Amino acid sequence: MLHLFEYEFFRNAVWAALLASVTCGITGSYIVAKRMVFISGGITHASFGGIGIAYFLGFNPVAGAAVFSILSALGIEYVSGKTNVREDSAIGILWSLGMALGIIFVFMTPGYAPNLMSYLFGSILTVGKTDLLLMLGLSAVIVGFFARFYHTILFISFDEEYARAHRIAVGLFKYILISLVALTIVMNIRIVGIILVISFLTIPQSTANLFTKNLRMMMIYSIIIGITGSLTGIYISYYLDIPSGATIIFAFVVLFGLAKIIQVLRTRMLIRRQVNQLSNQ
Amino acid sequence: MSVIIEIRDASAGYNHDVVLHDVNLTIQEEDYIGVIGPNGGGKTTLVRLILGLIQPLRGEVIYHGDKQRNLIGYLPQVSQTDRSFPISVNEVVLSGLMSARSGLSTYTRNDRSRASEILEMMGIAHLRKKSIGELSGGQMQRAFLGRAIISEPRLLILDEPNTFVDNKFEHDLYELLRELNEKMAILMVSHDVGTITSYVKTIACVNRNLHYHRSNIITQSQLAAYNCPIQLITHGEVPHTVLGEHHHNHD
Ligand SMILES: Nc1ncnc2c1ncn2[C@@H]1O[C@H](COP(=O)(O)OP(=O)(O)O)[C@@H](O)[C@H]1O
Ligand SMILES: [Mg+2]
Repeated sequence: MLHLFEYEFFRNAVWAALLASVTCGITGSYIVAKRMVFISGGITHASFGGIGIAYFLGFNPVAGAAVFSILSALGIEYVSGKTNVREDSAIGILWSLGMALGIIFVFMTPGYAPNLMSYLFGSILTVGKTDLLLMLGLSAVIVGFFARFYHTILFISFDEEYARAHRIAVGLFKYILISLVALTIVMNIRIVGIILVISFLTIPQSTANLFTKNLRMMMIYSIIIGITGSLTGIYISYYLDIPSGATIIFAFVVLFGLAKIIQVLRTRMLIRRQVNQLSNQ
Repeated sequence: MSVIIEIRDASAGYNHDVVLHDVNLTIQEEDYIGVIGPNGGGKTTLVRLILGLIQPLRGEVIYHGDKQRNLIGYLPQVSQTDRSFPISVNEVVLSGLMSARSGLSTYTRNDRSRASEILEMMGIAHLRKKSIGELSGGQMQRAFLGRAIISEPRLLILDEPNTFVDNKFEHDLYELLRELNEKMAILMVSHDVGTITSYVKTIACVNRNLHYHRSNIITQSQLAAYNCPIQLITHGEVPHTVLGEHHHNHD
């Protein structure tokens, strides 16, 4: 199994899995804690519009996706803070608008759109050096920001109004955080694809949440679960020659199922022990 | 006595509705103001105005005093707490220190021992490691009160603190507030007029306008004159009694 490390593409894939687990583990925990899964889905699909336009105009699709996802993230944040438009409707509109623009522009692009499938379904086995450097940079920014401002982020996320009353720059923090979410989404579209990226942001985190009610621990557990699931997924997809993105997500779901069973059994055992203790008294 | 906050000729509201009109109120050290008024009269809006959560449409809110000490601690009305949010009771209480030091990256040993004292004082020390969603309504109120007072603010604002608590906690709460009032001013919104008048020093009637009453005794006819119709559900007394008459500590 270890001989695979002789191949550069495989080493790159492992690095990508590690970095994706770090970025998704941290921002994904924030997303799950704040119940922002739908917003994140909206940002993800809006970014497809950027990919389509980039194909049409002939520049880097990742750059297109980045611009679209950040603009839509900031837009959603602005709408939910300032206006009376219902946030979920706004997200729904953005979600389908992004997909529609993407489809139209990809269709209008003359000839064959190279790598289109890899943006839709991801392909961790073709990640290159540039991708890795970008992911490394993003990981550094995210780890640094969350480490430095962990308590402030926790405070704002738990009770925004109270944080405002304490004169904390809530708006600024929320704009920065949603931008980090958008960038995490874009960087990980390369790994698991638009259709599945939301799973990387939520399944390891929900698994972690079964065992801890502490945001920091949730982030750390999610990273570990993310690494375990994605490496398992990479191996299986390589040996069975099936798509890597989907295999990784499948591994996540299996891990979640196992964790859920363990948690249920453990809870039952603890409750039975308590009941026994009480009735023995 | 030094002034902490002044509201001058302020109007406030949402979108197109003016909820408070031409309100004046000066809050000084040692004050203990009971805010009463009908539902929808604008009590919570007044609190939000003082906290700076909404800006006055007209007039101004002036904050006095040293920047070092946290100005206001706040116990929200019904808090829409997300019960599954991953935060512990201890972290909730500590977050009350966040305030002006928004750059804060870790809590000091001092902060943590302060939090322990507060948890002890609130009678929830044994729950410190629980996540906030695992607490009962009353226990949660205690945690939020802890968050409000941990920084020893100059003004403590409570918005209907007695809504979801049992009688035991309500009694403890009023005793605790009496002690706290030696260190900080208090402004308490309540729907239970009969109870608060025996604890507060002065009364503000809020119903679009604000009438400040420099005593904790208020009569039904005064309430009527203040345009402040309130349901009197005061412990089985006849609704026409003079509020506060059963209270002996005045003068
Ligand atoms: N966020 C809001 N948006 C629009 N109107 C509001 C909002 N909050 C309160 N109001 C309105 O302002 C009025 C006063 O509300 P509030 O200050 O909460 O009253 P009270 O606390 O005295 O019961 C009510 O008519 C209410 O409908
Ligand atoms: Mg209210």
